[in-house]
Amino acid sequence: MKDKKDHREKPARDHAMIELRHVDKWFGEFRVLKDVSLTVKRGEKVVVCGPSGSGKSTMIRCINRLEEHQKGQILVEGIELTGDVRKIEAIRREVGMVFQQFNLFPHLTVLENLTLAPIWVRHMPKREAEDLARHYLARVRIPEQADKYPGQLSGGQQQRVAIARSLCMRPQIMLFDEPTSALDPEMIKEVLDVMTELAEEGMTMVCVTHEMGFAQRVADQMVFMDRGEIVEMAPPAEFFAAPKSERTRLFLSQILRG
Amino acid sequence: MADIAHAALVRPLPQLYRWLRANLFATPLSTALTLLVLYVLIKVVPPLVDWAIVNASLTAPNEQACAARGGACWAFIAKWYRFILFGRYPYSEQWRPAVVVLLLIMLLVASCDRRLWGRALVLLWAAGVAAVAVLMGGGVLDLPGVDTDLWNGLPLALILAVGGLALGFPLAVALALGRQSHMPGVRAFSVAYIEFFRGLPFITVLFMAAVLFPLFLPPEVSIAKLWRVEVAFILFLAAYLAEVVRGGLQAIPRGQYEAAAALGLGYWRQMRLVILPQALRIAIPPLVGTFIGGFKDTALVSIVGLFDLLQDVAVGTNDPSWRGAYIEGYAFVAAIYFVFCYAMSRYSRSLEARR
Amino acid sequence: MNASSTRRGSAWWNDERSRELLFQALIIGVVIAVLAYLGHNATVNLRRQGIVGGFGFLSHEAGFEISPALIPYTPADSYADAMLVGLLNTLLVAAIGIVFATALGLIVGLLRLSGNWLVARLALGYVELMRNTPLVLQLFVWWNLLRISAPGPRAAWQVLPGVFVSNRGVAFPVPEYDPGFRWVLAALLVAILASAALARWAGRRQARTGRPFPVLSAALALIVLLPTVVFVALGAPFHLDIPQLGAFNFKGGVTVTPEFAALVFGLVVYTAAFIGEIVRGGIQAVSRGQSEAALALGLKRRHVLRLVVLPQAVRTMIPPLTNEYLNLAKNSTLAVAIGFADYFSVANTILNQTGQAIEAMTLIAAVYLSLSLGLSLLMNLYNRRVALVER
Repeated sequence: MKDKKDHREKPARDHAMIELRHVDKWFGEFRVLKDVSLTVKRGEKVVVCGPSGSGKSTMIRCINRLEEHQKGQILVEGIELTGDVRKIEAIRREVGMVFQQFNLFPHLTVLENLTLAPIWVRHMPKREAEDLARHYLARVRIPEQADKYPGQLSGGQQQRVAIARSLCMRPQIMLFDEPTSALDPEMIKEVLDVMTELAEEGMTMVCVTHEMGFAQRVADQMVFMDRGEIVEMAPPAEFFAAPKSERTRLFLSQILRG
Repeated sequence: MADIAHAALVRPLPQLYRWLRANLFATPLSTALTLLVLYVLIKVVPPLVDWAIVNASLTAPNEQACAARGGACWAFIAKWYRFILFGRYPYSEQWRPAVVVLLLIMLLVASCDRRLWGRALVLLWAAGVAAVAVLMGGGVLDLPGVDTDLWNGLPLALILAVGGLALGFPLAVALALGRQSHMPGVRAFSVAYIEFFRGLPFITVLFMAAVLFPLFLPPEVSIAKLWRVEVAFILFLAAYLAEVVRGGLQAIPRGQYEAAAALGLGYWRQMRLVILPQALRIAIPPLVGTFIGGFKDTALVSIVGLFDLLQDVAVGTNDPSWRGAYIEGYAFVAAIYFVFCYAMSRYSRSLEARR
Repeated sequence: MNASSTRRGSAWWNDERSRELLFQALIIGVVIAVLAYLGHNATVNLRRQGIVGGFGFLSHEAGFEISPALIPYTPADSYADAMLVGLLNTLLVAAIGIVFATALGLIVGLLRLSGNWLVARLALGYVELMRNTPLVLQLFVWWNLLRISAPGPRAAWQVLPGVFVSNRGVAFPVPEYDPGFRWVLAALLVAILASAALARWAGRRQARTGRPFPVLSAALALIVLLPTVVFVALGAPFHLDIPQLGAFNFKGGVTVTPEFAALVFGLVVYTAAFIGEIVRGGIQAVSRGQSEAALALGLKRRHVLRLVVLPQAVRTMIPPLTNEYLNLAKNSTLAVAIGFADYFSVANTILNQTGQAIEAMTLIAAVYLSLSLGLSLLMNLYNRRVALVER
């Protein structure tokens, strides 16, 4: 704990929460990330889009080291991600993640899903963890589902539980990896509403999503990725009105038409 | 995996180094395991190679001569392989069981071909079974008759297993449908049958066929032991196959039944045209698995006095000249079983992968 | 006919209900007829052979040796006693087999999942070899290795210090009984109870204050240390009864027959291959997303394994595992092939001596069927309890 300070480098820019510097990653022979650089400041909301297989999921999975990058640097709150297990665990405590497939633990009740990490990672008394869990369940508007099992909930409800589960760790940053892609259309809105509220409260967020309405409403920065590279990065107004790259324009025309 | 290893070997050295590093020496534990395994291999493999190849005798008058060289006595196999494979089948007629083995293998291979699934396969099997019966038994077409007691060795194993499959399978489908039926009488019968045979060790079923079965026949009727054991295989395999087929039936969504009924098809047409074709397709990999089990069970029939491969080896090693060559004999039989079972399990896995 | 059926709706034979009733009656009728026919034949045959039915023969003198016997038994005892001895032998083989096959299977399954290429390949080779050759063949190999290839007691292979393999069987040391063991045992019991209490206390404390307590290491230390301390305090009263070569055979320790050793060893190495695949499948069935989600929450690797992966893996593993245990018990009947006196082979001997085929087979079937049905009943109850709740 004492030497934690030593791991921290001076943030390159003001309040940079996440910094990727020239990150490269290969899956075997295949280069999934090519020289990716990105900075996310405190309170900033970044929306990442791009065709499937463009490396966007891989990129955000590198931020909490579910994937290992091979070249370049990734700094989260000034701590550089290396093989050091303690640093990885420290970063994961501060970074929440929401998955496309929810990944709730099917053998635990909703309440137990929410209290698992606070109890085992934050060493929180059970009563306190449950109060916290109920608080966040109310925030995502499903307080009555606490004692059910994930398998008994709808997709939208499951994803909201997953968001609440991450929030119970009181993270500094939230990563969303296509949170609405596995949902039926009528359930997308309930999840996006929760995410919008979260954004309005000032959470630092990186979202991989194709929900362009959501992006226009909350994003500070739009990022377009294709074939492992960041092709374009701009504030939404500029990004949607006047995309610089041809690839971006093509992608937007396809996705907005659909 | 083997491809990766191969690729790593033919590529330049740094790649090999990277591969070794990632696959053999990634962590201290992995390194320790690698070293331990290498140590054991160095201890075990050279003596084994010495025994099986370097000091082995391919030709020797007897086991004692082999033992003098200190290696494996493959001469036993060279001398006895025809007896192990075909047992007491008349020596000059042994081309017939050899052809039967090939026929049965071809029948199994043909069954793996998706294009033949359907009526063609049923006809093929009927023709195949008839050909096997004529060739083995003889008594027609100038072929001397051969008693079923002399159907030994590998053809015996294949006939028992393949016969069990061919006749057990239709029974299994009926039982599986019966277990799914909403008629309590039919369901109760199917459940009782399936649970009875699945609850018993196969040996007890074999003994029932060999010892008990004749008691339940009229005194003037006697059935050759081969056919009694075949019945045991059919009844036993049917129970296991039925559970596999039931698994396939349960995997078919309700909508398929409803759609078939909505088209105005009666129960049997629904099953034959819509449900079973899908259910059986799903059930094929586990069906192959069950059949492998049935084929391995053919090694048990020597216990009720049939001359299977193991019994043939026992006869060979009872010869004073060849006493002690049982390891070689068992290795030969094990290799035969392994080739059949491994090929079938690879086939079933490839089907699963394709799904 | 046509006219009447249209007038009254439909004829009775077209009614779904009555068709089903008819069909069922037909099936039941055929089954009863077949059974009656077989029963009639059996009665005729038995009368001819002069065999009196019924289980009275069980009280007759057995007249044959059984070795090993777990309870005092002589040939002068009854057939019923002989069957009990056989049943106990079956249960002994099954119990030992299940324990060792589970342990070995767990290791094999984990090795199959190892990132180490060499280890994973070797484990695969082992599994394929075991699964693709008949068990009875393997048993013959082990048995003949012991019976024929193993040396006589004088030149016995010492595979481990104090463990001797010879053509008379396998001799291994056992601890000699000492009154002090009672206290050591008592200490062990106390340690186990204390560990349980500790676990409860630690759970409560964590719920109250959130502070975790390393229960596992503490309990392990307690269970190892407390008996050891008592043991040493008593002056370490420990003597191994090590097998010594006597005139013809080993004296001291415990010697098991080649048949028993081959049967147990064969069943263990065969079943372990299947259990290994179950373990591998169970762990692989827990999707990657589960451990990723747990890791993303900041849980330590061992906590991910203990709290998320294992509870789910065990749920998928238990039913096939039970099935495999049942298979092991059923496969133990192969004892008859190598001459070990298990329940089946004792019953078979009785069958041959008395000619009471139907009764003997009924007794055999009764035991194995009640074993199978009992276990699958338990399994269904268990499944209902732990099944993941779905909508």
